[in-house]
Amino acid sequence: MDYLGENLLPGYLGHFFVTLSVVASLVASFAYFKTVQSKLDTNIEGWKKLARIAFITEVVSVFAIFSILFYIIYNHLFEYKYAWQHSSRSLEMKYLLSCFWEGQEGSFLLWSIWHCVLGLIIIRRGKQWEAPVMSVVSLAQFALATMGYYFFDKKVGSNPFVLLRNEMDAPIFMQPNYLSFIKDGNDLNPLLQNYWMVIHPPVLFLGFASTIIPFAYAVAGLWTKNYSWTKAALPWSLFSAAVLGVGIMMGGAWAYESLNFGGYWAWDPVENASLVPWLTLVAGIHTLLIFNHTGRSLKATLIFFILSFSLVLYSTFLTRSGILGDTSVHAFTDLGMNAQLYLLLYVFSWLAAVAAANNFKERMYTIAAAVVLLVAGYFLPVVSLLSVLLAYFLCFFSINKAIPSAKEEEQTTSREFWMFIGSLILSLSALFIIIATSLPVINKLFNKNFTMGEDVVHAYNNKIIFVAIIIGLLTAIGQYFKYKSTSLKFFWKKISWPTVISLVISALILGFGKINYLEKGPGFLAAIYLAMVAAVYAVVANAAYIWIGLKGKLKLSGGSITHFGFGMMLVGILISSSKKEILSWNTSGIYVPMGEGSKENAGENLTLVKGVPTKMGEFLVTYTSEEKHPKKDLWVYHLKFTDKNGKEKFTLSPNAFVNYKGNQGLMANPDAKHYWDHDIFTYITSLPDPAKNKDTANFKPVRLKLGDTSFYNRGYFILQNVLVKDSVPAADMAPDDKVYMATIKVVSKDSTSYTSKPVLISKGGNLFPIEDTVISEDLIFQLKNATATSVEMGVKEPNSVLKFITLKALKFPFINLLWLGTIIMAAGFFVSMVRRIQLNRNADAAEKFNL
Amino acid sequence: MKKIHIVLLVCIAVAIGVLVSFMGTLTTYDTVETAKQKQGKFVHLIARLDRTSPVEYDAIKNPNYLSFTAVDSLGGKVKVEYDKPKPGNLEHSERLVLKGRMNGDVFKCEEILMKCPSKYKDDMKAAQKNLETTSTQ
Repeated sequence: MDYLGENLLPGYLGHFFVTLSVVASLVASFAYFKTVQSKLDTNIEGWKKLARIAFITEVVSVFAIFSILFYIIYNHLFEYKYAWQHSSRSLEMKYLLSCFWEGQEGSFLLWSIWHCVLGLIIIRRGKQWEAPVMSVVSLAQFALATMGYYFFDKKVGSNPFVLLRNEMDAPIFMQPNYLSFIKDGNDLNPLLQNYWMVIHPPVLFLGFASTIIPFAYAVAGLWTKNYSWTKAALPWSLFSAAVLGVGIMMGGAWAYESLNFGGYWAWDPVENASLVPWLTLVAGIHTLLIFNHTGRSLKATLIFFILSFSLVLYSTFLTRSGILGDTSVHAFTDLGMNAQLYLLLYVFSWLAAVAAANNFKERMYTIAAAVVLLVAGYFLPVVSLLSVLLAYFLCFFSINKAIPSAKEEEQTTSREFWMFIGSLILSLSALFIIIATSLPVINKLFNKNFTMGEDVVHAYNNKIIFVAIIIGLLTAIGQYFKYKSTSLKFFWKKISWPTVISLVISALILGFGKINYLEKGPGFLAAIYLAMVAAVYAVVANAAYIWIGLKGKLKLSGGSITHFGFGMMLVGILISSSKKEILSWNTSGIYVPMGEGSKENAGENLTLVKGVPTKMGEFLVTYTSEEKHPKKDLWVYHLKFTDKNGKEKFTLSPNAFVNYKGNQGLMANPDAKHYWDHDIFTYITSLPDPAKNKDTANFKPVRLKLGDTSFYNRGYFILQNVLVKDSVPAADMAPDDKVYMATIKVVSKDSTSYTSKPVLISKGGNLFPIEDTVISEDLIFQLKNATATSVEMGVKEPNSVLKFITLKALKFPFINLLWLGTIIMAAGFFVSMVRRIQLNRNADAAEKFNL
Repeated sequence: MKKIHIVLLVCIAVAIGVLVSFMGTLTTYDTVETAKQKQGKFVHLIARLDRTSPVEYDAIKNPNYLSFTAVDSLGGKVKVEYDKPKPGNLEHSERLVLKGRMNGDVFKCEEILMKCPSKYKDDMKAAQKNLETTSTQ
């Protein structure tokens, strides 16, 4: 059948470049491999030339794939499934890029692009390390390229250029002009329609992608048994730690601004999975520095760098395979790529083991073991996890055999001793976090049923707080030690003032900061106090070191700047989490407890009726108006905040997607007012059900006891009194007959009050209500049943619909310290990186001069 | 023994201690039946919304009270109480992970994780339906 209106050329081009990229990356990795293995100079040059051409072809293909996919999304070519599934015509230009990272294919493409960029830099600057490092990078490129490939009609991965009509089975595709019926795409997930989602994924993926470079250097060193790689790898690992760190915190900022768990960090598996490689990477940087200065800790460095990249692959497996299903708030999807994701992890962990093997024979045995275990894992799932672990054990075993341990012991007054302890603590905390995050994997393999306990966040916090204490202290004092050994007199002399100053500052914070987070008991509060002292110490001591130790030369003080920023992050985290306040306690003001269940739990959510000022913490909040996005079901609600003394006035506008394109229900985005020392943060937790609210011409039933309050559209009313009269001395009233008269105080939102007195006559077992109307408020009361202490009645408001929202509001103090600390930490990493690159260049130049 | 070895041993001991204590805080996934036997113990109840029973929630009366009935795959039913606002897509969820504890016949829920028809799989089905309807129009 010939279909009308399809634009198939981009798809053909796309398929071509996908195939080209698979072939080119395979050729590149093989040619680079031969470059390393060749003995003859002429062969080396030949292979290297081929490898470079192949890799550059790969770069061109990847960028071509990216451009074509962008063209398809930009022009709304919905005949392509990717465009149809992830974009729509109403999507703003800035979010078109976010469509890339919503889908699996786009995410891998982004990863691949960063590998290309990093690879080009290695080709230009890598010198003797180009070939071995690039073999690893090209192999990773090959693995990523196959993720989007169809091999002779056999689906290997998921290709972004597939056509909608080939992927879906619907009668519509029987018509040649089917495209004219597809007016719009499925659109981007509303949670991703946030500006952080435009920049967070590229940065995070650059962080992930860049961990391959330290890994590749480590593998290259093991492979060629040449340990001079450490100097060249240092700037790369600093770069990677900076970018990955910023990427993780950008994710925190996104969560803070657009998710509703009321914070920036929730120990969610996705967050953990990105944090763990960063921890091992930072540990690796420290042991690498130790090696470059003292010749120790090479083994640990190798392990840390190999683990960092492996953990990135493992995270990818965890977050993309759908195995985390029940444990995370993030939406996970099983795209049927588990086998491939697992293979990716498997190949690279065994690659490290093969490279580490100490001779040809060992290498062959290792490869054989890898193949056998892979097959065994296919039949016995438990083996699949154990064999990956075995790869690391073999790797460590070979490394341990090849590299001699240092004979003499390091001194406790040496910098390397404390740095090593710091690295150890970081890696142990990484180990704990990854084990806890892997519970679903462990369940699956051993057929168990474990899950995180009651308070997930606290289960992490109560352990990581001790890590924070130790790391904070080590960060503070570390640089005051010298490598090899330090005279204690010198150490105490230098560190005494910073110590005194930080003790004073932390005493002030703890004394006047009103940090009294007792929810988790006094023990945890004590730990918070200790961590606060350690964090302040880290800030002060590192700031001081820039002058005391480095005479204010900022170019040299990358380490101190990084530690200073890290300390500041710690302070920000500690204050903002331990002093987080909920403003929307549903206890005060006119909201008396009503109904079942409410007395036991003072709720954290407050309902605001439109136009009625409500007390919330130190503010009086009014829900003033709302408006709808012109093209989408996105509603913005304006809330006016006034201070108690009427001074501070501002408006917050949290928004919510309502029943958005098949995603039934509410997806709320918070809004925050930022002050230098705290944020006021609010988001909508519930909206009226439109179906229930339509019917205003009828009486709405209300049950009230004496003194109870209820709401109507323009205010509230209270049942003040019920008058009961029997034996009414009127005609045809029997002694049993009764007359009830309720006194209802009505308070409108302009504070005018009215009294309404509906009456109910009970005569001969029948009830006769006499309605009462508050004319100026357009409000009618009708009693339906009454006793001396309670009434059942109907309330009618003929001309209006009650508008209200339920929200939660929080106050985060000093959250800006966290963001500022992150920026300073990243800046510090970059200062160090620039300095290390310069040192390497100077060393190269000196070497040339000597020759 | 070198100092660093002592440090290593201490670290390993602490790590084991932490892991053991962590294992102690773990809980399990349960059905209504098994959860009822673990009165007062924190569990993760895997169930779905019983659409035959009413969902009780009135934000005007009390925004922090929701009650509904959950039914698990074995057909066990339990009344659930939750003192937070109703998640907007509760009625459209296909599976619920309810974290909380049994209190008599009522499951006091502290957190609800909803598994809604995901954008990739089931939404595709919904979208497919849309496509089908457009074609018949």
